[in-house]
Amino acid sequence: MQKIGVFVCWCGSNIAGTVDVAAVAEAVRQIPDVAFATDYKYMCSEQGQAIIRQAVQDYQLDRIVVCSCSPRMHEATFRKCAESVGINPYMVEIANIREQCSWVLKDKAEATAKAIKLAKAAIAKVRFNTPLHAGKSSVVKRALVIGGGIAGIQTALDIAEAGYKVDIVEKEPTIGGRMAQLDKTFPTLDCSACILTPKMVDAAQHENITLYTYSEVEKVSGFVGNFDVTIRKKARSVKADMCSGCGLCTEKCPSRKTPSEFDMNLKNRGAIYIPFAQAIPKVPVIDRDACLKFKTGKCGICSMVCPCDAIDYTQQDELITEKYGAIVLATGFELLPLDKFGDLGWGASKDVISSLQLERLTNAAGPTEGHLVCPSSGKEPKSVVIVSCVGSRDTTERGKTYCSKICCMYNAKHAMYIREKYPNVDVTVFYIDVRTPGKGFDEFQRRAVEEYGVHYVRGQVGKVVVDGDGKLTVFASDLNSGRHLMLFPDLVVLAAAVKPAPDARKLATMLTASIDNDDFYVEAHPKLRPVESPTAGIFLSGMCQGPKDIPETVSQAGAAAAKVIGLLAKDHLETNPCTAVCQENICSGCKSCAHVCPYGAITYADKQIITLNGTREQRTVAVVNEALCQGCGACTVACPSTAMDLKGFTNKQILAEVDALC
Amino acid sequence: MELTDKELAQQILHLAGTDVKRCIQCGRCSAACPAGDKMDYVPSRMVWELVNGNGASLVKADAPWRCLSCFACEQRCPRGVSPAAVMEAVRLTVIRKQGANKLPAESLENYPADMPQQALVAAFRKYNK
Repeated sequence: MQKIGVFVCWCGSNIAGTVDVAAVAEAVRQIPDVAFATDYKYMCSEQGQAIIRQAVQDYQLDRIVVCSCSPRMHEATFRKCAESVGINPYMVEIANIREQCSWVLKDKAEATAKAIKLAKAAIAKVRFNTPLHAGKSSVVKRALVIGGGIAGIQTALDIAEAGYKVDIVEKEPTIGGRMAQLDKTFPTLDCSACILTPKMVDAAQHENITLYTYSEVEKVSGFVGNFDVTIRKKARSVKADMCSGCGLCTEKCPSRKTPSEFDMNLKNRGAIYIPFAQAIPKVPVIDRDACLKFKTGKCGICSMVCPCDAIDYTQQDELITEKYGAIVLATGFELLPLDKFGDLGWGASKDVISSLQLERLTNAAGPTEGHLVCPSSGKEPKSVVIVSCVGSRDTTERGKTYCSKICCMYNAKHAMYIREKYPNVDVTVFYIDVRTPGKGFDEFQRRAVEEYGVHYVRGQVGKVVVDGDGKLTVFASDLNSGRHLMLFPDLVVLAAAVKPAPDARKLATMLTASIDNDDFYVEAHPKLRPVESPTAGIFLSGMCQGPKDIPETVSQAGAAAAKVIGLLAKDHLETNPCTAVCQENICSGCKSCAHVCPYGAITYADKQIITLNGTREQRTVAVVNEALCQGCGACTVACPSTAMDLKGFTNKQILAEVDALC
Repeated sequence: MELTDKELAQQILHLAGTDVKRCIQCGRCSAACPAGDKMDYVPSRMVWELVNGNGASLVKADAPWRCLSCFACEQRCPRGVSPAAVMEAVRLTVIRKQGANKLPAESLENYPADMPQQALVAAFRKYNK
């Protein structure tokens, strides 16, 4: 006879507020084989677990049902508790009477009835539970970081410092990311390049770090501890090992019509180019769409001037395959394209620019060597208007619903460095709210107003009109006074919303990492597991997870590295024993299961089978690789002869649950 | 029967059919309004009064009669609120309150059968209590 113990949790008032927990315990006590049932305020607490352990001893329980929160929350807790008193952890079932009952129902009678039903279903299932034992899989002691901005660099450095090999894959020709484009950083106004470029050098020179720039992740398979990754190293058309980085080719290139991505289109670059002087690696790349040699066959000047004979027009993309134990996503962000903001003058005047363009215009290494000028005339502006929240906090199809978080601070920063260098230039910032949570942040913004004399106006810009001469008129409201304002600035800066890098969704699909509606990667738990993806072995670093500034990005990068190190330090991982299993005597070898398996875990083998009527025969049957199987159950559904079963969720168990509910 | 401030606001809200609670008071509507500088209550202020249930101050406002119904406010709003609809709702409320254009449903059969449906629906929307 089975001896089932049922433990009903109050979860404080979370469950007990809506569900009559004592009535649930009383109802299940009547069910045959239920040897013990009770309720307690916090079943997951030490005292709660002691009740379970005591009951196991007193009543010789062999199966446990806990009616509590989602199994995602505490299944592991209760399995561990069972194991500590000698019960196989897979003899525990959870009835979710919180998320699926008390939190969604208001009526106590209705919620109690539902909780009893859920408990009965779990009891029906647990009768068919069998002890399962976790297997072991190895861990490849190497990590992959996708994205070579400050987030990726910091994560890679921290992992490398712990003694593990790390590869960084960066799609641009250089590492450095967005931070390399910035002039100064808030709230201390230290130069971005001065703090970033040494880290770029560290990453490039570290014996444990390999850089794959101008490369993209092409294919990912495998699982935590054992990922197989294919990296496409795009053809640079320059032999990196021979190039000295002298830059002669980039100077002599006759094609000058391509806007520089690094300079946010404020300047043109050659078809062969190095994004910026401190680029790492300092090896040029030929943009084949712009190159005359590739387009017309005529030219070849770069090859002629190169003193190292490094130009190679025949270079092909190279595919590299490597095994990794962990993967870190650090794919960063871009600014929201402003095409839909024509009413704010975007596209109508060159003097309506984005914040990243302003960053390039004030950067000493930028297209104007740090001289702030109006792009249309090349003259210094006399007054500048900065517009906050362009596309942020915008629930229409034009924008993003979230607050981009960094804009309030960089607007203050921009206003400050304009006033610092050009005290005669008037700067007005239009804002909805000034959001400056962070160490020294509010003080920083107040300095912009109090010391630097920046005008902050609470209100928004309604439209920016560009007249025939290219003059700008800004119509705005000052909500504090209720007055209408009309300004005539020479330069308008739009603080555009941030959004994840465009390939985030593609990568998420490749890695089976979760993503939200805005394409930000989703963390495993918003508070307690903020740097892990719900997919085991995938970690998150920086802006790809949500808007954040540099200090936060660096903190998260370190946290992700710590998690990766924790994983790589293990010699083996326990695998989930809830894997698919083939009942060979009814398998017909039709291969339906292999077609639906997302993990490539099913193969076929010729085996000697004892058939159902006792005869022996040679047959092709499915074989499940338990290390690859993730227990998704797709094969069990696809199998036409019910030969495929999922351990821990067998067809028998599921049907018993359904029967108990009906 | 005289409506309370809140009831009046409720009626305006119902007529406006726009979710004013979504408003974050950014002021983009007011800044975009071509008649805003002639208004006692700018469009964002009208929305604000409605959010706070100040029906009486809304019907007293001069702004709805300055409004051109150009819908620039609605087009610019980053939150999908329509201040233009609030203006229209206040206008309707004031007109109805005057009782001048009452259109009882029973009178429907008195209208010619070939009257354009659109005109009928528009008239009912505006003048029927």
